[in-house]
Amino acid sequence: MSATALPTLSVKDLTTDQEVRWCPGCGDYSILAQMKKALGNVGVPREKMVFVSGIGCSSRFPYYMNTYGFHTIHGRAPTVATGLRLANPDLQIWVVTGDGDGLSIGGNHLLHVLRRNIDLKILLFNNEIYGLTKGQYSPTSRTGTPSKTSKTGSLETPIRPLTIAIASEATFVARTVDVDVKHLTETLQKAAAHKGAAFVEIYQNCKIFNDEVWAYATDKSVKADNLLYVEHGKPMIFGKDRNKGIRLNGLKPEVVEIGKDCGLDDILVHDETTEDPTLATLLSRMVGPKFPEVVGVFRSFRKPCYEELLDKQIADITAKKGKGVVADLFKAEDVWTVE
Amino acid sequence: MASLTAPAGAAPASTATVSRNGTHTVQEVESITIRFCGDSGDGMQLAGTRFTDTAAILGNDIATFPDFPAEIRAPAGTLAGVSGFQVHFSSNDIHTPGDVLDALVVMNPAALKTNLRDLKKGGILIVNTDAFAQNDLDKAKYKSNPLEDGSLAGYHVVRVAVSKLNKEAVRECGLSPREQDRCKNFFALGLVYWLYERPLEATLKWLKDKFGKKPDHKPVLDANTAALKAGYNYGETVELLPVQYKVAKAKIPPGQYRKITGNEAIAIGLVAASHAANKQLVYSGYPITPASSVLEDLSQPEMRRHGVKTLQAEDEIAAIGVALGASFGGAIGVTGTSGPGICLKSEAINLAVMTELPLVILDVQRGGPSTGLPTKTEQADLLQAMFGRNGESPVAILAPQSPVDCFDITYEAVKIATRFMCPVFVLSDGYIANGSEPWKIPDVAKLPKIEIIHATKPNADSGNGAVHEHGEGEGGGAGKFLPYKRDEYLSRPWAIPGTPGLEHRIGGIEKQDVTGNINYEPANHEHMVHTRWKKIENIALTIPDLDVLGDGDADLLVIGWGGTYGSITTAVDRVRKSGKKVAQAHLRYLNPMPKNTEAVLKRFKKILVPELNSGQLCWLLRAKYLAPAEGYNKVQGRPFLVSEIEAAIANML
Repeated sequence: MSATALPTLSVKDLTTDQEVRWCPGCGDYSILAQMKKALGNVGVPREKMVFVSGIGCSSRFPYYMNTYGFHTIHGRAPTVATGLRLANPDLQIWVVTGDGDGLSIGGNHLLHVLRRNIDLKILLFNNEIYGLTKGQYSPTSRTGTPSKTSKTGSLETPIRPLTIAIASEATFVARTVDVDVKHLTETLQKAAAHKGAAFVEIYQNCKIFNDEVWAYATDKSVKADNLLYVEHGKPMIFGKDRNKGIRLNGLKPEVVEIGKDCGLDDILVHDETTEDPTLATLLSRMVGPKFPEVVGVFRSFRKPCYEELLDKQIADITAKKGKGVVADLFKAEDVWTVE
Repeated sequence: MASLTAPAGAAPASTATVSRNGTHTVQEVESITIRFCGDSGDGMQLAGTRFTDTAAILGNDIATFPDFPAEIRAPAGTLAGVSGFQVHFSSNDIHTPGDVLDALVVMNPAALKTNLRDLKKGGILIVNTDAFAQNDLDKAKYKSNPLEDGSLAGYHVVRVAVSKLNKEAVRECGLSPREQDRCKNFFALGLVYWLYERPLEATLKWLKDKFGKKPDHKPVLDANTAALKAGYNYGETVELLPVQYKVAKAKIPPGQYRKITGNEAIAIGLVAASHAANKQLVYSGYPITPASSVLEDLSQPEMRRHGVKTLQAEDEIAAIGVALGASFGGAIGVTGTSGPGICLKSEAINLAVMTELPLVILDVQRGGPSTGLPTKTEQADLLQAMFGRNGESPVAILAPQSPVDCFDITYEAVKIATRFMCPVFVLSDGYIANGSEPWKIPDVAKLPKIEIIHATKPNADSGNGAVHEHGEGEGGGAGKFLPYKRDEYLSRPWAIPGTPGLEHRIGGIEKQDVTGNINYEPANHEHMVHTRWKKIENIALTIPDLDVLGDGDADLLVIGWGGTYGSITTAVDRVRKSGKKVAQAHLRYLNPMPKNTEAVLKRFKKILVPELNSGQLCWLLRAKYLAPAEGYNKVQGRPFLVSEIEAAIANML
């Protein structure tokens, strides 16, 4: 196919006539805007794009994309998207979910959709709070988070979404930040290009109920020291002065100062292509303030999807024995004739 | 045994002739009901199905009823571990697996204890005497040995050392002692074949097909063949009974037949419907008794040749989500489960109601509530299907009346779901799911057509055509696609993702009619609630009227639904043969009911509604039609006996 044959879509092409109803200042606005930009030149016509969501603020997303869309029920978007994928191998299917929808009520589906490697791009907008129900703590809320249902602080240990995704054998795992426009757009495009289950956690600010929860990752004055942008084949260096890095001490990562604690050669080099989950898991468990939090692609490799394997079973047996004939199916058991 | 007289009772109208070797009589009877039972590891289901196949191939009408425990292998020899298979075969048209047993085969004391009550007085009781040691009796909680204490005096007891005789027969075949013992079901089967003058050929052929292909299966083939023949020969040699029984061929309409269970018929019906609709079938389920075999059947390699896609989901909710997503994608989406699974799926069923997508939901009912009686039958999910969701949530509900009818009903469910863009329930039950009967193989060319028309281009005229105030956004306008613009039946267009120009969004939030945009207007909501009801009611315009069978001028109508058809029909026939007038109707469509239902009910002074629940259809008929319906109810996890319904009818006459 020549380059000119690829459809390009403008932001307007992808915008619906529905009024966007998120609160002013919500991180979702940025994600919506970058999504429209990201999809402009991924080479897929808009009738082949589908957005499937569950329930929550993030799940209103499909109404604002002028593509096919299905706003389903709480937590179940991965299941509906799986069925859609089985019915139609040509679509580019996005699942939009949040920390409550995806990790609490729908947690079970997330595990299974990832382990089956269904070709879906799953975006988890993590704002560490229930927004649409007006401010209860969520499964990603940090221990001690005060909320409407945890006035004196949440008692629970939060889930690490990417650790779960990696443990569920996801073949593409990434993290990005709502207001890091360039990185967000690139990450969405990488997810779009991946064949298989892609899981992207997006740090997303809830202006009303959990404002500033990601300030350490978005505030220009501190974010360089708090985030580690990983790139395949590159050493893991961060910090305002680009002089800090991650070194492995046995099985434990540690933050070191390059030139003081060690040389550049001692710094861990990122490998996003390995199927071994050790490195990605280790990165997914680095949490501030002790560590910089990792953004970028944690892992990305190709493995057959459930629907590809199923199609292959159908193709193989059909090639061997021919397409099924209904009349033969009726007679698959012993048949007798009554005169 | 010389002093034995002919056991009483084989069904009436019998004629006696002398056997081939001239030593005993052969009595011709109309029909026979036998039950094979033993420990769940004794192979009784297999013996029963082999016997059934032979009877079917010989031209008898057949009906079967397997009855097995919820535990896969309860401790051997205990009451909880008893598994049984009942077969009714006849020279007449029959509708049930039989009320009372003419013959009972028991492989151990536990089987005797749990099944004897169903054997008629004077019936034949074949007992494996090798399994009646003190230890076996203790496990079955017998205080004294029933073979010795006179408690079996009313029956025709045939004592056979099945285990020992079997072992001798298969000794040379190269199996371990444990494997040898596992052939004893075929010894017992051979014995019963002799008793009912059945040839062994069909079973020998089956053994050969199953075990004759691989050399390492040869000992199994040889041993089972030897056991079967030894059982038969034993019967003949020792003149086990002074009488053999013979059941002539039934007068069955000519054609090709096979045996089919309800669940098999559902799987095949779905595939046939997907071919007729020229659509992909996507079936997603989660393992649950008694629905699992549908998922198992549809995931067979053979079904892949028909393009069938299956997914064993992580839970019941996922299973329906997958099915609904497949429907959104333009496939035939189907999910199957039993009552507890329906509880979990209810929110997603409502999503299908709201998004008006086709969806077939199979509920193979079992005893409830909660886990209830997983392997036993019941009809108690009707009101759950009808009302068991939040808000006003109309769905279509169909119920097959027999194993064979499962094919037609499932096929019809696909047709209705795709024509009316709605969820359709198929309410089967454990009794017809596992029961089998002969199925006259239909001519594929004569199956009803399933025509599906997808939206391919924008459907808006000028303006948005909405009957109420605008929702948010600008709505319609020429060149737009309006996903909730309705046809003459109020059905909405089915636009498949991937179709250019028809991009649209659907979801569970209330929407403006015609445009499908989110809308919270009071008047629009009321209009949509009514429209969703009206659409389901419109299905009645396309389904057959309710037939009245029997005496149209009777005072009493017996009306039922689902798997009780066989028992009700047989009971009504018997009452009519006794000279009394009674009419019968059976609802295969529960929502909407056929449009003449009210008129039918009004014709009769008295209405009897037999159900395997506490009166759910009865409740609906009274509520909808103010009909003077009275229930006859049984909630024991077991099907009706014909005699029970006969007695209930007699009470009303």
